[in-house]
Amino acid sequence: MRFLLMVQTPAGASEPTADGQELAAGMAALLEEMAQAGVLLDAAGLRPVEEAVRVKLAHGEQTVVNGPFAESKEFVGGYCLLQARSMDEAVQWARRFLSLHRGDWKMAMEIRQLDAPA
Amino acid sequence: MPRPDGRRASSAEGADQPVGHAAVEAAWRLEWPKLVAALTRLVGDIDLAEDLAQDALVAALDEWPRRGVPPRPGAWLMVTARHRALDRLRRDRVLAGKYAQLGPELLNEVPGTGDSSESESPIPDDRLRMIFTACHPALPAPARIALTLRLVGGLTADEIARAYLVPTSTIAQRIVRAKRTIAKEGIPFAVPEGPDLARRLDSALDVICLIFTEGHAASTGDRWLRLDLVEEGLRLARVVAGLMPDQPEAHGLAALLELQASRVRARTTAEMPLVRLDDQDRSAWDQLLIRRGFLALQRAHTLNTRLGNPPGRFALQAAIAAEHAIARTPEHTNWTRLARLYAVLAERFPSPVVQLNRAVAVAMAEGPGRGLALLENVADHGQLEHYHLLHAVRGDLLARLDRFDEASTEFGRAAALTANASEQRLLRERAAGCDAKGRTTR
Repeated sequence: MRFLLMVQTPAGASEPTADGQELAAGMAALLEEMAQAGVLLDAAGLRPVEEAVRVKLAHGEQTVVNGPFAESKEFVGGYCLLQARSMDEAVQWARRFLSLHRGDWKMAMEIRQLDAPA
Repeated sequence: MPRPDGRRASSAEGADQPVGHAAVEAAWRLEWPKLVAALTRLVGDIDLAEDLAQDALVAALDEWPRRGVPPRPGAWLMVTARHRALDRLRRDRVLAGKYAQLGPELLNEVPGTGDSSESESPIPDDRLRMIFTACHPALPAPARIALTLRLVGGLTADEIARAYLVPTSTIAQRIVRAKRTIAKEGIPFAVPEGPDLARRLDSALDVICLIFTEGHAASTGDRWLRLDLVEEGLRLARVVAGLMPDQPEAHGLAALLELQASRVRARTTAEMPLVRLDDQDRSAWDQLLIRRGFLALQRAHTLNTRLGNPPGRFALQAAIAAEHAIARTPEHTNWTRLARLYAVLAERFPSPVVQLNRAVAVAMAEGPGRGLALLENVADHGQLEHYHLLHAVRGDLLARLDRFDEASTEFGRAAALTANASEQRLLRERAAGCDAKGRTTR
């Protein structure tokens, strides 16, 4: 089973900055651990939402909007694609990812199973 | 699937919220192989290590639902298991005598060994020791497979039994006997060194390849259960490649299995239990796995080049699989390159099946006559006389050379040798087709 783990951060939230290096090191170690556990298929961080573009369709009309998007309460900052045995297992990896963020972080990890036969 | 702990999770620490049994077990399961491996190194006995891991689970089931899953569950479980080990040593004099040296070691060990933060240390990961112990050549092949799935993959005997379509007791007994052999033969819990390493790694990779193949080549049983073995085999190959990043063949096997797995969905349809490569819907090939396969193959190649090694057998087979993976249609297949790869494979790792595949590639690249000549060499050795594909291939090449009578005989022979009904039907059709053409050309 494949799971997409999306890191969601509230719009406009300021990030605690003190542990930047520690966080980066922890993140690298976690990704390494995921790879060594044979579960990590793919992972990437995304460029800031200010650089994002949204192409919308409504009533047959398309519009192109530049980020940041006023109507969004949260945005995806990165993702991780895992091959896990169960949703429970995927949840555990998400927990570990969040645990790396010491201090007053506000974020969520949304986990979705890919709709594919294998 | 419902959330395991039935609540909305948003806290980074999560330590102040209730946790369900399912969540505890999922965390424990994830840590289990590492935990048992680390404990085995400490106490020198797999059974005792498993008992201690079980003790740690009991403690976690008591504490985590009240206080939350700790941020580093692995470290927590290890510390807990170590304390339980000390408790047991204090209580049990027999055990204490047996493990007299252990007390100080259990205490001195830095808590959290096996945690990700220490992955850069030169000390090999305990799971690697476990892999080499489980795949030790002193154990019979079925025992190696069961032990690897159990102790490295973390599957239960029940899960392994279901995947292999045998009773749980069979697998349980196999594991018990294997552990007894490990104890009796004094099989060390260590990663082999020097020239031994290559040989032992080879045999460990073979075990993983067998697990994958069992699921991949399955012609009987529940398709979905068998796909579990494909997933577990792939997972194990990735684990070994991750733990031994300097070993080209570890990446070679990972590459081969990623590429083979990329075709799993196209390989079986509702009508056909086994769709041939040429007939597969290539849009159903998994591009993510193909990309990962190429990446692993690249790693194997870079390492081999750096070491001055020729490509190993898994890397070569992966290169062959990669050649097929990049062909958009069967017509785009570069048979010349495939024939060259098979020639190298046949020279370095000769086997009748490789020779047969080489003959097919040569026939595609240089014409059926050249392929047939190679095939006769294989057939002369007689090893594949009862292998239906030898006759199917020969029939195909003969038909392409307009030798229809001989071709029909070969197709008939092939049909008689296969147990697969749909394959049999295809072969009989081809035999009949050759008969008809034979009559018109005569």
